[in-house]
Amino acid sequence: MASVDKEFITRGLRRSSTGRFLLWILPWVALLVFGLYSAGLCLVKGLNQTNMDNRFAFGLWIFLDLTVIALGAGAFFTGFLLYILKIDELRSVINSAVVIGLVCYSGAVTVLAVDVGQPLRSWFTFWYPNVHSMLTEVTFCISCYLTVLLIEYLPIVLRNRKLHDVPSFLVFEHELHKLIYVLAGVGTFLSFFHQGSLGGLYGVLRGRPFAFREGLAVWPSTFFLFILSAAAVGPSFILLTTWLVEKLSRKRLVRPTVFRRLARISGLLLAVYVLAKAVDTLVWINRTSPGTGFQAWQYYSWKPFGTWILFAEIVVFGLLPALVMLTPRLRAHTGWLVTAAAMACCGVALNRFVMTVQTLALPTLSFDPYLSYYPSWQEVGTFLAVVAYGVLVYSFSFRYFNLFPEERELRLEAAAQEEEELALAGRY
Amino acid sequence: MSANKRYGMSIDIDKCNGCGACMMACAVENNIPPAPEAANDRRGVTWIRVYKVDNHLAYPERRTAFVPVLCQQCGHDTPCVHVCPQQAVDVDPETGIVGQMPERCLGCRYCMVACPYHARYFNWWDPKWPAGMEKTLNPDVAPRMRGVVEKCNFCHGRWHAAQQKAAAAGQREIDAADYVPACVEACPTGALRFGDLSDSSTEVAQDAQRPESFRLLEKIGTEPKIHYRSRRDWVREIASAPRPEGKDGLRG
Repeated sequence: MASVDKEFITRGLRRSSTGRFLLWILPWVALLVFGLYSAGLCLVKGLNQTNMDNRFAFGLWIFLDLTVIALGAGAFFTGFLLYILKIDELRSVINSAVVIGLVCYSGAVTVLAVDVGQPLRSWFTFWYPNVHSMLTEVTFCISCYLTVLLIEYLPIVLRNRKLHDVPSFLVFEHELHKLIYVLAGVGTFLSFFHQGSLGGLYGVLRGRPFAFREGLAVWPSTFFLFILSAAAVGPSFILLTTWLVEKLSRKRLVRPTVFRRLARISGLLLAVYVLAKAVDTLVWINRTSPGTGFQAWQYYSWKPFGTWILFAEIVVFGLLPALVMLTPRLRAHTGWLVTAAAMACCGVALNRFVMTVQTLALPTLSFDPYLSYYPSWQEVGTFLAVVAYGVLVYSFSFRYFNLFPEERELRLEAAAQEEEELALAGRY
Repeated sequence: MSANKRYGMSIDIDKCNGCGACMMACAVENNIPPAPEAANDRRGVTWIRVYKVDNHLAYPERRTAFVPVLCQQCGHDTPCVHVCPQQAVDVDPETGIVGQMPERCLGCRYCMVACPYHARYFNWWDPKWPAGMEKTLNPDVAPRMRGVVEKCNFCHGRWHAAQQKAAAAGQREIDAADYVPACVEACPTGALRFGDLSDSSTEVAQDAQRPESFRLLEKIGTEPKIHYRSRRDWVREIASAPRPEGKDGLRG
């Protein structure tokens, strides 16, 4: 089946036929419909459709929201590296990073709207803000940053082959592009704050000694650790998704040097994070936690959350991928690179899981039981809707917009090389 | 303007027999709806919950006690107040009571995560009363809607009624006898006492000073205004941090 939408596809790029594309998006659309049904049940019938309860007041959604927002940090951090620190090599992934950021943030905000008991009162936070609450800071910064991401996404959309034909769009896109440095700066500022505030959400919990941390002024140490971990895994996630898109589309999208540069940045930041996390853990074990009457060993006596989880978080999914990404010999192999990036992403997910689920599972009162929680299918379904939404937005963006500016050049280079090889083989 | 008060409660665990009259009286006073069929003890609403604890020893050394747990009305760095993103929780400077405004609550449940005493409850269902039972609702207390958090407020409706009575009599101070929370009134053994902790002449303030008096998780520094007491050493241990099974810990 020929591409009926070829007029919309960027010149010089090759995309699959319309039929094949429809076949690809069909299961994701089905998943989205199922997820929307699940979310609808929660909105109409209430949060009794979930398995959360008065003890497990946060569940799967908050854990995955925090993970997704950390992974989406690649958008702001790549923007920061490209536009502020002038690492021009990253221009080849910036558009993809913006789409990933947009998908992650908009998805997380949508799930949050289902997660609160009274979504129609969301505006209350802006009207009656409690300036002492980390959640207020999160709400303000995420809303503003989502707006920034939408503005950053606009030029990508407006550069579409068909839309580019409209002169006013062309002018608008050009004007927007002038703003890109300002947007990158604002985005970086907002992102640093909300990534930090998400960590602060737990660090300020004096009543949950497992999560409570000391810090600097009003910011607990988790504030800084969340910023650092998000900045560290953001480039890893960009690397991982780019590699995945290359495999799925069977196209070369960026030069190998870009992968290696992303890995080096990620590895360096991850190493700093691992060091900071280790110091923080030692201070917490020896000072903060005993100061509240809780000996740290207690937390790890409640199975299955033994010390293995701490080891996995810091060493297996922190130190190891950092070492791989910092070792030039290993970094040269795509397999190692991708494995390390995936491990780093798993590490940040594990950290967010520990902060959300382990914090709530552990008892605080001496006569409290240790509790467990399993999400309901409605909770899983709602989150799957976000995954499906993300895949769909990215798929459409990849098909109709120029997410990887070097793709055409790489294709021409590959074709020329192929021709040269054929000529050398004497087939002409 | 009357001097600021610091309302609190003292609970004699040695006197509590776990009858649950406090829970019933609280539910009736504060229009807490009957739990839906699908609710369990982790999803129901009860502003005061009586926990059964034991000394973790085998018969015949086994001993049991009952611990009523309600909002501890934290007086310092109140965990739920500073986390609420939209000021739906506050501490009344006049009474020291931690208040909850369900009309402003977003239902984000961050305050529940912050509370170490699990004394906050979310309305997972729409409030429903069996036909005819709605006539028994207390007109002084507004029922809460689905999707918001609620908790003990020391029977705020009763405090308002006491204030109105004092105002009608031309007095600025309320009569202590006019403001007694429903749970205290209903306790058949007199295990619960209520009053102004800042007034050293009140029973509750004197109870708080007794050597056998303690507060839950005092080390975390939230200065709760609920003072428990017991002459039994093992009961006083409930104030400390939990210990996992097999470590001679208490069992709830």
